[in-house]
Amino acid sequence: MAEREHDVALRVPGMASNVLHLAGRELRDAVRSRWFVLYTLAFVVLGLGVSYMSAAAAGGTGLSGFSRTTAGLINLVILVVPLMALSAGAGSIASDRERGMLAYLLSQPTTRMELLLGKFVGLGAVLLSSVCAGFGVCAAILAWKGSSSGPATLVWLVALTFLLSLGMLATGLAISVCARRSAAAQGIAIFAWLTLVFVSDLGIMAGAVAMRMRIETLFALCTANPMQSFKMWALLNADTTLDVLGPAGLYASDTLGDRAAWLFAGVLVAWVVVPLGIAARLFSWRAVA
Amino acid sequence: MIDIDGLRMRFGRFTAVDGLTLHVERGESLALWGANGAGKSTVIRCVLGLHRYQGSVRIAGHDALRDGKRARRMIGHVPQEVGFHDDARAGEALRLFARLRATDLPDVEGALAQVGLRGQSRKRMRELSGGMKQRLALAIALLGDPPVLVLDEVTASMDACGREELVGLLARLSDAGRTLLFASHRQEEVRALATRVVVLEDGRAVRSGTVADVAGVIMPRVRERVAFAQGGNHG
Repeated sequence: MAEREHDVALRVPGMASNVLHLAGRELRDAVRSRWFVLYTLAFVVLGLGVSYMSAAAAGGTGLSGFSRTTAGLINLVILVVPLMALSAGAGSIASDRERGMLAYLLSQPTTRMELLLGKFVGLGAVLLSSVCAGFGVCAAILAWKGSSSGPATLVWLVALTFLLSLGMLATGLAISVCARRSAAAQGIAIFAWLTLVFVSDLGIMAGAVAMRMRIETLFALCTANPMQSFKMWALLNADTTLDVLGPAGLYASDTLGDRAAWLFAGVLVAWVVVPLGIAARLFSWRAVA
Repeated sequence: MIDIDGLRMRFGRFTAVDGLTLHVERGESLALWGANGAGKSTVIRCVLGLHRYQGSVRIAGHDALRDGKRARRMIGHVPQEVGFHDDARAGEALRLFARLRATDLPDVEGALAQVGLRGQSRKRMRELSGGMKQRLALAIALLGDPPVLVLDEVTASMDACGREELVGLLARLSDAGRTLLFASHRQEEVRALATRVVVLEDGRAVRSGTVADVAGVIMPRVRERVAFAQGGNHG
């Protein structure tokens, strides 16, 4: 009877409330750790550089219009944003585990799923603000320089970049759940980034030549890589044809037409959902300390 | 208040806890005593629902795994060491954990004052000593007035003075009727806090009783010295 009375008196926090509070903690820790500020600064500086260079290469005298700048920024996004998101995800659970904070948080009335979602939401918000800051500064300077064409393309690019970053964040979290040490998690994250950015590109090119790969296979391999899917979708939105991407792009234009965007969207969403699901599954039974 | 039945926990081939059964009554203060690797911390982690185990652990009737949130809401936990972010402030940590425990915290300073940390809410973690951090962890454990306190070697990384203060605080909480389950291998801590001691060896409870009942196990050196001194006098 006494136990029952105590039970009634003690409120148990809801899932949404715990996820939001844990997300808030991630936001504060990210700002404190300064990685977020440094990555954002690097993104802004490189973005401005790319904007200026893309205009110069096109024969202009200064900063270019939105659409042309967008095309230049796509390659920058593929390099910087996935690295930022993968490291943020990979460092989160592994470093909490290393400091004993993971076990401490889970000894509170919270669940593993709430903790994982809290980290995903918090770090997702950090990445969104970083991406908005990076593109926002570029857009503001372009507008100040008198460019007025196609800002909608840039807004689309921000949305696609955010979706790509969520996929890489989820992958980083899955890595973080598996790794015992933060340094190991960061190492695996950098290896994953290198594989997706460079090795898959060069590997597909080499494979296409050496194995006389069929165009369907080449296109499937390209599309499975979230960065290539991002690039193709972003180019479609920038009113550029996929022909510029070579045989795989030509194949996509010829066979899929307007439906290509749906395929790329599906791939990017799958890269968010599948790694997050794997992370949740592994985190539900893996030892926390 | 805490019911453990047939608890078994394995890490690969190593059996950390081997069929442990014990019951902690309301208001009781139970010490888990044993050498390093005896299974004390593993039992504590199972009580907190941090491990997947075989057997049953219930806190005030709530299963630690299936109804973990409710079970843990009944528990205030103080670990051996807490890895707060170095730049986080004491008051901010207290507020975060109050929200996670669904507890109103109108008076941060008051909550800190009850563990001897009055005026420290703006201090960053890197400015707090090990003992102060442990007292902050105790303040967090007391948020929402949980009926059970679970402590895992809480004084292991503290100096003698800090240890004495923290044990004094815990003794007052125990006297006030709170249920305590704690792991320790410090005799003075067990003597000051425990109403019952369970001696663990290789994950099994080998003895159980009051401090006086198990004195031969937890204070062998003292007994050896007394025996040696008595032998010397007789000789």
